[in-house]
Amino acid sequence: MTTDSLYQEIILDHYKHPVGRGLREPFDAEAHHVNPTCGDEITVRVRVAGDRIDDLSYEGQGCSISQASASVLHELVSGHRVDEAFGTHEAFLELVQGRGAVEPDEDLLGDAIAFAGVARYPARVKCALLSWMAFRDATARALAASGKESR
Amino acid sequence: MYDLESPLDVERVRKDFPILERRLAGDKPLVYLDSANTSQKPRAVLDVLADHYERHNANVARAVHQLGEEATAAYEGARDKVAAFIGAPNRAEVVFAKNASEALNLVANTLASGLAADPRYRLGPGDEVVITEMEHHSNIVPWQLACQRTGATLRWFGLTDEGRLDLSNLEEIVNERTKIVSMVHQSNILGTVNSVSPVVARARDVGALVLLDCSQSVPHKPVDVTELGADLIAFTGHKMCGPTGIGVLWGRSEVLDELPPFLGGGEMIETVDMAGSTFAPLPHKFEAGTPPIAQAVGLGAAVDYLSGLGMQAVQAHEQALTTYALQRLGEVEGVRFIGPRLPISRGGTVSFTLDGVHPHDVGHLLDEQGVAVRVGHHCARPVCVRYGIPATTRASFYVYTTTAEIDALVEGVERVKRFFG
Repeated sequence: MTTDSLYQEIILDHYKHPVGRGLREPFDAEAHHVNPTCGDEITVRVRVAGDRIDDLSYEGQGCSISQASASVLHELVSGHRVDEAFGTHEAFLELVQGRGAVEPDEDLLGDAIAFAGVARYPARVKCALLSWMAFRDATARALAASGKESR
Repeated sequence: MYDLESPLDVERVRKDFPILERRLAGDKPLVYLDSANTSQKPRAVLDVLADHYERHNANVARAVHQLGEEATAAYEGARDKVAAFIGAPNRAEVVFAKNASEALNLVANTLASGLAADPRYRLGPGDEVVITEMEHHSNIVPWQLACQRTGATLRWFGLTDEGRLDLSNLEEIVNERTKIVSMVHQSNILGTVNSVSPVVARARDVGALVLLDCSQSVPHKPVDVTELGADLIAFTGHKMCGPTGIGVLWGRSEVLDELPPFLGGGEMIETVDMAGSTFAPLPHKFEAGTPPIAQAVGLGAAVDYLSGLGMQAVQAHEQALTTYALQRLGEVEGVRFIGPRLPISRGGTVSFTLDGVHPHDVGHLLDEQGVAVRVGHHCARPVCVRYGIPATTRASFYVYTTTAEIDALVEGVERVKRFFG
């Protein structure tokens, strides 16, 4: 099946065995995002300690791409510095919005490079980005609440 | 391939649709099961469109030259064809719009405008508008907006677990305060064909108007407006072999005459003074500006094509396909139908969920096998909410659909299960 390019083994693994799933306390801010075209939704919570994302927890429903992407997001940003996480966020956006023309940085993106194939399916880009956009929102809110400027 | 008891010679019909020759997804034949979204176009319609632009192109109703007369005759000829197709008693009752959404918005907006002389055609506080939970967003949002503007109240019929309209509270929902009932004839997501007559009868008793969204019925079965008994119906050309950009509002002349104009502009006026204007008679009162001329002519050709097949035959063909699809898909473990399970009072639109696999993933994997379906909430999100699901996979059939294509769908769904199993 040529879908192997979209449905990489890594994506299916994260879909079937999501990492860090479930909403956890305590948290500093949360964001709920929906994809109006397909009804996918996700709630992302962040706990920020100093300049670090202590925990990113999430719960949602949707297609394999949107749910696996949330699992990969958890792996990549939990425990990392906020500025690093935002850098990863930017690189992921660039990758999936790149229409297949972006060479992914594996050191930075880890498992997320498996989403390179999504870039060729405009209808699925929103699925891959759903949790990442919610993460960005929630973190910005957490930083604003703690009096720090969001980047 | 199962030998279908259909009055249509499907292999011959398929030769009329050039796009069905396409191969995709690694040289697989196109299996197009998304006709409820938009239908494919037969050669006859494509030729008429090209011929119009190549030989007869001019603006309508204002040119004195020969091309203008030809274009006008073709445009007005299309109106005659559409009027005959739906059994309209009077050709002036057929108003061309951009699509069904615009036709529905025309009614909602003119009622909300408060400009009608007769209070029966003015919405205001204390008035009620009735819709149903199975409407397309295009028959929900215009009424929400109209109610917001006027202070009228929006009410709706609910749905049964079987995917039918729940009319058990008909007398309470449609009452003396009801100004209009606007409901779908055949659901674009459930496939349900609604029983219109009890609603029409009740609406008559309380003096309310009835508007039917026939976008999914006119393309698929014989529809006669006098038999339906509604005051107004809306449908669109692109779902019935016609081009995009052309829709139809039919209304009884007494009703359309009372409604104020919708859009202002050229061709919809009688005379214009700086202080005010008077308006053209039907149907031109509702056709401001240069209309979609070629698209209307194309719709006329589509009507000719469908009439040539015979709408009884079209309906029987789709009925047989639906029976076959419900049976074959129903045998797949994990498939749950959203909509009537039995092929009774339902059309050839079959929505389902597959245990453990999101419709987006189903649709994507089917596409990789050349099978085109629609996935999502199908612009009828309240239906998904009602049945506690985020989305469905929807296969929809038309005159060119074969049982082999339904077999390909079933085989595709089995492959999706194996992939995610």
